[in-house]
Amino acid sequence: MASETFDQETRLPPKPKFEAPAERMAAGGELMALRGVTRHFRTRRHDTLAIDRISLSVNEGEFVCIVGPSGCGKSTLLNIVAGLDHPTGGEALFDGRLIDRPGRERIVVFQEPALYPWLNVRANVELGLKIAGIGRSERKRLADRYISLVNLRRFEKAYIHELSGGMKQRAQLARALAVEPRMLLMDEPFAALDAQTRDVLQQELQEITSRLKTTVIFVTHNVREAVILADRVVVMTPAPGKLKTEIAIPLPRPRGPDSHAVVDLAARVRTELQHDIYAAQSAEDSYAI
Amino acid sequence: MQSSGMHGDEPGIALTPVDIDTTSVPRGGSTTARFRELDASGLVLKALRLAVFYLALLALWQLLYSLHVWSPYLLPSPSDVWHSFIDYVDNGLIQKAVRASMQRLVIGYAISILIGLIIGMACGSNKYVDETLGSLVLGLQSLPSITWLPLAILWFGLNQNAIIFVTFMGSVGAIAISARAGVQAIPPLYRRAAATMGASRYQSVRYVLLPAMVPSMAQGLKLGWSFAWRSLMAAELIFVTMGLGHLLNLGRDLNNMSLVLAIMFVIVAIGLAVDRIFFARVEAWVVERWGLEAA
Repeated sequence: MASETFDQETRLPPKPKFEAPAERMAAGGELMALRGVTRHFRTRRHDTLAIDRISLSVNEGEFVCIVGPSGCGKSTLLNIVAGLDHPTGGEALFDGRLIDRPGRERIVVFQEPALYPWLNVRANVELGLKIAGIGRSERKRLADRYISLVNLRRFEKAYIHELSGGMKQRAQLARALAVEPRMLLMDEPFAALDAQTRDVLQQELQEITSRLKTTVIFVTHNVREAVILADRVVVMTPAPGKLKTEIAIPLPRPRGPDSHAVVDLAARVRTELQHDIYAAQSAEDSYAI
Repeated sequence: MQSSGMHGDEPGIALTPVDIDTTSVPRGGSTTARFRELDASGLVLKALRLAVFYLALLALWQLLYSLHVWSPYLLPSPSDVWHSFIDYVDNGLIQKAVRASMQRLVIGYAISILIGLIIGMACGSNKYVDETLGSLVLGLQSLPSITWLPLAILWFGLNQNAIIFVTFMGSVGAIAISARAGVQAIPPLYRRAAATMGASRYQSVRYVLLPAMVPSMAQGLKLGWSFAWRSLMAAELIFVTMGLGHLLNLGRDLNNMSLVLAIMFVIVAIGLAVDRIFFARVEAWVVERWGLEAA
C-alpha cells in the first residue's frame, strides 16, 4: 500500500485520487461501514501499524462505544470515519459512499473543547450553521433549541474562558448537534472532566441521544462509561489496533453508573480488555529484547 | 491561549445530580468587572503621579528658559510653543497638515496590513515560502524604510504615492512577522474543528484563522503602526509636500523652534491618541474574549 504524505499542520490527509462507485446500502439501515480498514503511519524511522484490518458496521440510530487502552488506534479509527484521516488499506463507507473528506453529516466532538474563544457560546453554536449556509432566523431557532437541550441557556452569552470544563463540553455538543449531523463522533469527550461532572454529562448524553435517535460512535478508555452509554461495545486491542470482540448491551435506559447490571457488564468488558493489555505488553517486551 | 487542562475548574461542587457545573461558575463578564473595580481607586493615584511628574517637567523647562542657559531661539519657553501652536491652528496649517499626514498614514498602513497578512500567513503555513520570502522580510527589517525614498520617487513620481510607499515599507515587515507567528500559534484543533463542520478553505480562513490570529497580532499591529508613523515623518521631512513633517521642516527653515516643538507635541499627541483609542480597544477585546491569560 502506498504511504501518504500528511499535512503536518492540519493533519488532513490528501484527497484520494478517485472515488469508488457509490454502493447503496439496502437493508438493515447500515449507516457506516469499515471494511478491512488499515492505517499505517510511516516516518523516517518507524513504520507503525496503527490499525489492522478492522471491519465494523454501525446502524442508523445505534450508539456504539469503542473501548481500548491508549494507543490501540481507537482515535485513528474515529478520525477515519470523520474523514480527518484516510485508511492506507480497506475502505470506509458512509451511507454507501466512500468517505473522502470531513463533512458535517459526521461531526466530531473532540476531547479538548474545540470552541473558539473569540465567540460566545451562542456564536460558537451558530458558527457551524453559518458555515452550512443556513439563514439567520433558522440559525437562531436551531441554536436556541440545542443550547437549551444541553442546559446552557443561562450561559449563552458567556465566553469560553468563563466556562467550566463540563460546560465547554456541553457547548461543543450543542454546536455538533445544531447542524443535525447523521452521525456524531465523540473522541473521549469526558476524559478530562472530574468524576461528578462526567456522571452528569453521561446521563444527559444518554437522554439527548435517545430522544434525538442520534447515531453515535463514542471512543473511550473508560469501561463503565462505555457500558452506560452504548447499545454495543466494541473492544479494541493494541499494537497493532485490532477489533477483538463486540458486546451487546441490552440494558434498559436510563442506566445509572452504579446499577448492578452495568457493573457486571463492565466487569466482563474489563476482563476482555485486561487479557489483551497483558498480551500486548508481553509482545512489546519481546520486541524490546 | 486557552487552557487545555480542565481539572479542578469547578470550585465548590454542589452534590445535586442536576447541572453541577452550571451552579458553580460565575456569570459571564464578572471577572472583568471585578478587575475594573480594583482599578478604580488605583487609577486616581496613578493620574495624580502622572500630573505631578509632567508639571515638574514643565516647571524645569520654564526654569531653564528663565535662567537663560540657552538663548531663546535655541530653547523657546513653554508659552512660546503654545502660542505658535495656537497661531498655526488659527491659520489652519496644522489641521491641513494633520489631515494630509493621517491620510497617507492610513492608506500606507492599510495596504501594509493587507500585504503583511498575506505574506505572514503564507510564511506561517508553508515551509518553503518561509525559508525564501520569510528570510527576505527579516532581512529588510534591518533597513530603515526611509532609504526607499529615492527609489520610490523614481518609481512613483514626485507625489504622495512615494511617501505612502515608504510608510508601507516601514510597517509591512513587522505586520508580516507577527502574522507569521499568529498563524503558527493557532492550535491545530481549531482547524480540525472547522474541517469537521465542513468549512471550505475560504470559510476556515475567514471564520477561524483570521480571528484566531488577533491576540498574537495585537503587538505586531501596534509596532507596525508606530513604524509607519516614524517612516511617514521621516519621508515628509525630506520630501517637501503638505504634512506634519513638512511643517516641522518649515519651522527649521524659518528658524522657528517653537513651531518645531509644537509640531513635535502634535506628533506625540496623535501617536498616543491612536494608541489609546484604537489599540487599547483591541487589547481589551482580546482580554474580554480570551481571558486574562492571553493578555
